[in-house]
Amino acid sequence: MALPNSEFKNTKNLMDRDSVSQRIKRRLQLNEIFKYIFLAGLVFALLVLSTLIYDVISKGGGWVNLDFLRNFPSRRPEQAGLYPALIGTFWLMLLIVPMVFIVGVGAAIYIEEYAPKNRITSFIEVNISNLAGVPSIVFGLLGLTIFVRVMELGNSIMAGALTLGLMSLPIVIVASQEALRSVKMELRHASLALGASKWQTTFNVVLPSAIPGIITGIILAVSRAIGETAPLIMVGAATFISTTPSSVFSDFTALPIQIYNWTSRPQAEFQNLAAAGIIVLMTMLIIMNSAAIYIRNKYTNRH
Amino acid sequence: MSWMKKSALVASITSVAIIGAACGNNEEGGAADGEGLSGKVVMDGSSTVFPIMEAVAEEYSAEQPEVEVTVGVSGTGGGFKRFVTGETDFSNASREIKEEEAAEAEKNGVEYTQLAVALDGLSLVVNPENDWAQDITIEELNKMWTDPNVKTWKDVRADWPEEEISFFSPGKDSGTYDFFNEAVLDDTDIREDTQLSEDDNVLVTGVAGTKGAIGFFGYAYYIENKDTLRALNVEGIEPTTETINDLSYPLSREIYTYVNNASLKDKPQVADYTRFLNENAAALSEEVGYVGMEQARYDENAKVIDEIAGE
Repeated sequence: MALPNSEFKNTKNLMDRDSVSQRIKRRLQLNEIFKYIFLAGLVFALLVLSTLIYDVISKGGGWVNLDFLRNFPSRRPEQAGLYPALIGTFWLMLLIVPMVFIVGVGAAIYIEEYAPKNRITSFIEVNISNLAGVPSIVFGLLGLTIFVRVMELGNSIMAGALTLGLMSLPIVIVASQEALRSVKMELRHASLALGASKWQTTFNVVLPSAIPGIITGIILAVSRAIGETAPLIMVGAATFISTTPSSVFSDFTALPIQIYNWTSRPQAEFQNLAAAGIIVLMTMLIIMNSAAIYIRNKYTNRH
Repeated sequence: MSWMKKSALVASITSVAIIGAACGNNEEGGAADGEGLSGKVVMDGSSTVFPIMEAVAEEYSAEQPEVEVTVGVSGTGGGFKRFVTGETDFSNASREIKEEEAAEAEKNGVEYTQLAVALDGLSLVVNPENDWAQDITIEELNKMWTDPNVKTWKDVRADWPEEEISFFSPGKDSGTYDFFNEAVLDDTDIREDTQLSEDDNVLVTGVAGTKGAIGFFGYAYYIENKDTLRALNVEGIEPTTETINDLSYPLSREIYTYVNNASLKDKPQVADYTRFLNENAAALSEEVGYVGMEQARYDENAKVIDEIAGE
């Protein structure tokens, strides 16, 4: 009889407008508060980063020129350059990238595609992830013992590259695993259903879809590796060298070592040179990262 | 996929080859002007000695571009670790070789010669706002750096103010610390509230920013930071080029390089490099902030070198 009315009443009981608008207001307030907290986080990070970059550029900007890239280090700051360090770092990169690509991606493919899912596999996986957190100096000690002494590579580029490569491997393996895992099962099933073997499926279907993620992982790992000082000092990389390397078995020096050495000198000009060295290293990293993004975008569109 | 991987592989191989070839060319180019020596000269050791050795290597490579000189910075102790196994030709040191290190060298059949190359004055520095302390004795230094009951400058000398002291010292692995330990601390442990740093520039910043601070490091770091630091006279003697050179400054110290005798005898480039080093050490060390020794000392070195290298 008084149905509409009672319904209205019920509704009114169900949703008390005042309390609802109260609660909405609270939620909106909370929303605002968190928005500003997150914004503050971003601003803080950017502020620190831009202070660092400003500091480095204002100190070192005037020192970066062609001579700086072409000269050998010198006791006279005006004549000092980082040519041997730059060449050393290039050599390291050229050796590390194929090394971690072949070994790291290989290991990831085995774990993801071939290995039986049992305790041993998951034990190995956990250990690989843990290795990613081991301090770099420990890899340096390992490199000194195995590559420098046992394998008798001496203080060569090869020993340095193997050490840094070993250090980057866990990151590459974990990143590649993630990339392989994110490839849809349907793609594998479709390929297998067409009669392709496991290897054909992996190589022609899974790997191409996973390659953007894999490459990102490799570039990040290698970027970290070429910025490392401690492991290279452990394997006995030189700080000053009068020649550039002639083979992978030559002695060498690298950018972070040169920068580290300049920062520890008493004269203020050397601090500026260190800042200039940081600019060069940062530029290299930006180029590498841009290349990674370019490659990633290109292949993401293809597949 | 396969084309991509192949081309990536080809690209990386060719780039290795190109860089390799480019470097090869460089070296062949250098050989043209050579009645030159070749081979390697391997040095490692103290970061204190490094600036001198960098200068020497820089000058030497202008004269003998075919000789590959490498100078590492593993620290005095780290350098000796490699030296006593015969791995390196030279070990740079800001202190003398220790007994254990010498024993290790003997065990491995490595004979060596100690060559003093320059002098340094360990400088005790305070904040410029410190207007009370001008002069300090070794005894007072020993007391303030080892006795945990010393809290303020007044505890060191009664007419100094009650300003709290902060202590800054190079890390315990450094040769500079070893020297201070021997000359001032008498092998007693340094006080626990000392701030230790491997980077002398950190010490400079620390002392320059704390009113009651005291710290020590090599003379070069003091000279470069004269505007923000003040050095104390030790036993009444101010650290200057002259007082360090004639050793009247009590904390003057020699800095060394140790050369492997076998390398000196058998490798002509090492012998040549050693002579070059000895002849130019005085001038080059002053250029980088150290103090040269008296000429007689270098003449003595030269005699020793000739005896071993045989010429």
